[in-house]
Amino acid sequence: MEETRPQKILQIKNLAQCIGCYSCMIACSTLVHRDFSLLKSAIRVKASGGYQGRVVIDICRGCQDGQCVEACPTNALTSRDGGGVLFHQDKCNGCKKCIDACLISAIAYDKDHKRAIPCLQCGLCVESCPHQVIKMEVR
Amino acid sequence: MDPEIMYIDLEKGTHKIDRRGDLSSYLGGVALATELLKENCLIEEDPLVNNQPVIFTKGPLNTIFPVVTKVCSMFTSPLTGELGESYGGMRLAMAMALAGLDGIVIKGRRGAPCILHIDDKGVRFLDAKSLWGLDTDETTRLLHDQEGKRGLRSIMVIGDGGEKGVKFANVTIDSYRHFGRLGLGCLLGSKNIKAIIVEGARGREVDNLKEYKRVYKEIAKRVIDTDVMEKYHGIGTSINIKALNEMGGLPTFNFQKSQFNRCSRITGEYFAKKHLIKKLACSGCPIGCIHIAIRRKKFGEPHEYHSTAVAYDHELIYSLGSMLGIARGEEVLELIEAVEKKGLDAITSGVLMAWITEAYQRGLLDAKMLLTTPAFGKKEGYLKIIENIVIQPNEFYKRAAEGTHSLTSHYGGQDYGMVLAKNEVAGYHTGYGNLLGQAVGARHSHLDNGGYSIDQEINSLDSKEIVKKLIQEEIERNLLNSLVICLFARKVYDFDTIKNALNSIGIKISKEELHEIGLRTFLEKMILKERMGFSYKDITFPKRFFETEALFKALDEENAYEILNEYIEEIHRIKLSRISPLD
Repeated sequence: MEETRPQKILQIKNLAQCIGCYSCMIACSTLVHRDFSLLKSAIRVKASGGYQGRVVIDICRGCQDGQCVEACPTNALTSRDGGGVLFHQDKCNGCKKCIDACLISAIAYDKDHKRAIPCLQCGLCVESCPHQVIKMEVR
Repeated sequence: MDPEIMYIDLEKGTHKIDRRGDLSSYLGGVALATELLKENCLIEEDPLVNNQPVIFTKGPLNTIFPVVTKVCSMFTSPLTGELGESYGGMRLAMAMALAGLDGIVIKGRRGAPCILHIDDKGVRFLDAKSLWGLDTDETTRLLHDQEGKRGLRSIMVIGDGGEKGVKFANVTIDSYRHFGRLGLGCLLGSKNIKAIIVEGARGREVDNLKEYKRVYKEIAKRVIDTDVMEKYHGIGTSINIKALNEMGGLPTFNFQKSQFNRCSRITGEYFAKKHLIKKLACSGCPIGCIHIAIRRKKFGEPHEYHSTAVAYDHELIYSLGSMLGIARGEEVLELIEAVEKKGLDAITSGVLMAWITEAYQRGLLDAKMLLTTPAFGKKEGYLKIIENIVIQPNEFYKRAAEGTHSLTSHYGGQDYGMVLAKNEVAGYHTGYGNLLGQAVGARHSHLDNGGYSIDQEINSLDSKEIVKKLIQEEIERNLLNSLVICLFARKVYDFDTIKNALNSIGIKISKEELHEIGLRTFLEKMILKERMGFSYKDITFPKRFFETEALFKALDEENAYEILNEYIEEIHRIKLSRISPLD
């Protein structure tokens, strides 16, 4: 039997190298969600502990059978091989239960289309990062 | 696209949003702000009367394309009494887009200290009594800890410099960037605005993803993969300290010298090696030019230390370093931190203190009025002066809070008061291009027309060439500033690139139209300045510029005035050529 190669998930590899340029967020919101508003990004860069603090990144950590999948009443989120979720957009009713269930607040909400914005593990943000902060890797 | 402008009336506590279809051809940034200033400023009145406006504008490309990160602010300058124009970065342009705003016009005065909270739903006028008197860092921290869209909002604050009416007080944006020059902080303070928070949740769909993606990638490639912008990320702007020093163009000891023989511990290279701890970027800039140093200070025994993060740049190291003869990097950082926390413009503060030092040495001022004994190379006196500029305990400091021009007008010493058109000069002594450029530039900044760079390109004194280049460069920069592209990316955004970027998001425009926006804005600002009382004919050059060699060559005073006259004639010619019967 042919062995299937495990799928990669988005991972933060060098957080300290992040300059907070938001290129990853621009890639996610424009290329994936077709919107110039960075609120449409599933990856979130922000300052922790004020501006004197450090830059941190909130991403989907690619749980296996995550709480968000369990919480979704319409099966819009299903488990993805290798970690993370598959998003069946047409099934999402915008109830935000996945958002509440995610301990690390990694799912955004699209108020215009009234649906969740989970990370699709597409890796477009990785391509746009100028400082090799994030990477797609098998867990 | 029709710009959406929010008008805020502080007196009444109201606001309205107008969609200004009639201003759509102005794109944004300085072109749009100039029109808004023309409509709203009170030409004949003092810069600080209640109804003078404060204007902020973004442009259509902000955060959508790499390094388009700035916001333009325009106002009547409390420092010079004429055109106020300043640019700031960090997250403000992004936050204005999320709030759905292309421009903000603030008028009136609040009865008590307030915070303006601006978002896509409107404005809230929050009480700021608890913040009044706090420094810029603590004010930002307290506001940052409030509920809101972390990472997607912008926080602007003033320090006690702005509160106490120092005419060169600045505005700090998101801790590390500023509307630095010409006194916007003073104006906000006079209106009782301690802070402005901008955030929102407005979206905007990408219409032509394929074309947008193509243009974005092309620009990003030039920004990241070529060396066009490497200087700004690597050592940063402070790379200029060593380079200028070697070529004999680094103003030192109040321009008494153009080389600092003890500069090895204030160079960009030194800061990178000893103090740099991280680099940050404005939203949408993959370069990250904001260099942050750690300032470590011992405050007791045994081994009691504290540390703070301080952003540094060429201009700050010049004004609070070489100009004052400060030769130790850590002491420069201490002075930077002191002016930052008070919310004072660093260039103005440094140039002013350099004049005070020399005037004291020459016996024009005494220790009784200064309440200290300033000396080049000694930071303690400067820390006291910074405190007193804000507190203003006597007549001398009341004048000092009005800037160097006010001091020299009263006490004399104009020959070595390093101001051009009432604005303290930037960190270059490179030749006629720099001298003329700052004197004639619309905001009297080295960034108006890059005169310092023209000096390094042209070796011979070709006055026609200098005048031509200064005008051409300022016109082009007015276009860049109308899109509010960071000027560090000026070599990336040529006319074709700008046209393609605008076209990809649905703004069809030709190169000729782009050029026209630059030229029109250049002229409109000039006319507005003249109405505000500025005249090229009033320009004088402090004699010091001619006493100290620039790039190892002496400048001639007569030559400088001749080039100025040529510039005035050329401007007159351009103005006349615009007023044809067809216009």
